[in-house]
Amino acid sequence: MEDKYLSVTALTKYIKKKFDVDHHLNHILLRGEISNFKHHSRGHMYMTIKDDNASIRAVMFHKQNQHIKFQPENGMKVLITGYISVFESQGQYQLYIQELQPDGIGALHLAFEQLKEKLMKEGLFDPVHKKELPKYPQQIAVLTSPTGAAIRDILTTMERRYPVANVLIIPVLVQGKSSAASIAEAIKKANKLEKLDLIIVGRGGGSLEELWSFNEEVVARAIFESALPVISAVGHETDITISDMVADLRAPTPTAAAELAVPSQLDLLEKIKKLDQFIESNILHRLERSREKLSAVESSYVFKYPQRLVEDKEQRLDRAVEQLGKQLVYIVRGKQEAYQYIDQRYQRINYERQIEERGKRVEELMSRLERVSNQQLQQKKQLFGNRLAQLDLLNPTRIMKRGYAIAYTNEQEIVRSVDQMNKDENFTIQFADGFIQASVQEIRKEDNHE
Amino acid sequence: MSETNKELSFEEALEQLEIIVGKMEDGEIPLEKAMEYYAEGSKLSKICHEKLVKAEKQMKEILGKDDERTSFEIQEDN
Repeated sequence: MEDKYLSVTALTKYIKKKFDVDHHLNHILLRGEISNFKHHSRGHMYMTIKDDNASIRAVMFHKQNQHIKFQPENGMKVLITGYISVFESQGQYQLYIQELQPDGIGALHLAFEQLKEKLMKEGLFDPVHKKELPKYPQQIAVLTSPTGAAIRDILTTMERRYPVANVLIIPVLVQGKSSAASIAEAIKKANKLEKLDLIIVGRGGGSLEELWSFNEEVVARAIFESALPVISAVGHETDITISDMVADLRAPTPTAAAELAVPSQLDLLEKIKKLDQFIESNILHRLERSREKLSAVESSYVFKYPQRLVEDKEQRLDRAVEQLGKQLVYIVRGKQEAYQYIDQRYQRINYERQIEERGKRVEELMSRLERVSNQQLQQKKQLFGNRLAQLDLLNPTRIMKRGYAIAYTNEQEIVRSVDQMNKDENFTIQFADGFIQASVQEIRKEDNHE
Repeated sequence: MSETNKELSFEEALEQLEIIVGKMEDGEIPLEKAMEYYAEGSKLSKICHEKLVKAEKQMKEILGKDDERTSFEIQEDN
């Protein structure tokens, strides 16, 4: 006891003990806002809880925080259950959080909204991922509790509707801490089994906490990754879980899941009956129609009176031959008429041409005649002219002008010989320019005349 | 076709029956073909009917821890 001085450790231990024995500080219910939130890689959460005027450091160890459903964030108003103690190595008092809840809305509700938003962003609810359910499933896996209402509802509904399908129950925990992992595991297992056509996963109604495993990310992802189509059937009509959103089909209840999974046997029997009736009536109708057709053909005129068919043909042949003869006559007559007509035309044309030709010939002859007669006329004229000139030359008057005279007897005969005249006979002498009355004085006949 | 009918599942038989009905709806098919379809269709509808009605009681199994299957009956738990 000589040393009056305390060690830091001793003092801190003392202070810590003071905190630890305080009943109030041992169990604290605190309302505040999260800031400086840090989720350490080893799992512990560190943060500061504050209000407008004060703040306190806080820690939530992994052991406690692994069960919180939502993701704490800065600015989030929270309700905390915990205690105050001292972190010795730092000499710091702090809040040790045992339970953390969102202030205002419930933690589960918040967690639901957060996961929903996250998975939606990732596209897990996208309709393109929804698989088509088999129309007539033969092997159906039911993932639920082997006890309870859900399995009973599913089995009785399926037995009633479609006993052809076999059911394999894969028991899972449907509530509690390890239920989510149990369900996810069963979905993976079902996908590895052979001959399964469809998975139904679900449970009966319960509180939000009881249904919670169907809002877990691990279950949602297992459903999304399932190669087999999944029908999700959780709780009642009003309960909608993340599983419902990811599943290929959401059934409002387990009973509804069974109804959606399999067709109704009665409906199918009715359908088969109708199909059977159809083919029956179809074939009967066909046969009846064919029979009618056949008897119609058999009772036809041709079949009944084949000889009439020949008679008819012969008659037609006769008529045809007759027609042929007539036609031939018509044709010949027609040709003849055509020939005659053409011939007449030809003849007429020929006659006209002849007239024309003769006319031309006449004209030609006429013109030749004219030409010739003109020539002759000219010749005659010329000849006449010549003759006239000759005549002129022979004109006694002209001769007389040259000194000749013509003697005429009293009988008016030209005196050509002295023998015509007698002594003392009067006679007339014509000169060119007039007459002289004379009388013969002497006649002297000369022989050398002419 | 008829040889393999025994192997047909209900779904396959119904599907084939529907195909045959579809073919028979066509009025143009020859009578011989229609008769064939009729015979086949009748057989198929019988198969469908038998598969539905005469099916053995629904098989209900439960998968155990070691993946062994045992038949399952509903337990009335209350």
